[in-house]
Amino acid sequence: MKTELANRRVLLFAIARDLVGADEVFVSVGLEPSAGEILLQLGEEFPELRVLLPTCRLAVDCEYVSSETLIKDTESELALIPPVSGG
Amino acid sequence: MFETHFFTGIVDHPIDLDGLDQKLSNPDVGSQGWFYGVTRRTTSGKKTVSLSYQSHRAMADRHLRRLAEQAAEQFKLAGVVIVHRLGDVPVGEASVVVGCSSAHRSETFAALQWIMDTLKRDVPIWKREHFEDGATVWVHPEPVQAQQADSYAENQNTKERHL
Repeated sequence: MKTELANRRVLLFAIARDLVGADEVFVSVGLEPSAGEILLQLGEEFPELRVLLPTCRLAVDCEYVSSETLIKDTESELALIPPVSGG
Repeated sequence: MFETHFFTGIVDHPIDLDGLDQKLSNPDVGSQGWFYGVTRRTTSGKKTVSLSYQSHRAMADRHLRRLAEQAAEQFKLAGVVIVHRLGDVPVGEASVVVGCSSAHRSETFAALQWIMDTLKRDVPIWKREHFEDGATVWVHPEPVQAQQADSYAENQNTKERHL
């Protein structure tokens, strides 16, 4: 069976942006990926992020989601959120 | 019961402390408290020149507002102000200002602490420290979001088993 894949854009910030050298990247995932799959695929396609990923959260349309959350809307904005340090 | 006044936002310039004071002014409450987070000159013996802040702006805006609303409900506040500055913040200048007002002081003190603790945990803003010797470092004070880290590790194990 052939799995349909789509390129999903993920916004990068702070140290993640520096590690990759870009403020956004595209990862190839299934049509309704979970947040965990997005994180996993980021590690596959951008090995330089692997050390950081265990500390990161994914945000979908400006809200944190759990790794099990399915991303159904192809228009949703995805953002990789490293540990924050405001204040 | 009073109507709560909110003022939250993210700015790219020095925070106007006097202007914010007006936002909390209310003759019907007995307590007003302010917290200023200010760039410190030394960290672990090294001299800091400035901190520079970056954010996911739309998300940070939304979360600051929600933080203010949650604090107002939890601590019965009459007013809440939260303003965070982005870009370079030189030593001695404020990067974040939080103000709360309530009928009595205990709620104001507790709310200021809670807002800052939650902001530092959840609002997507990051700071980079610029030292006098030219070195720069992203500050990540909290090591790992344990739950998320486990999920990532689990996914990785699952994937490896499938290979």
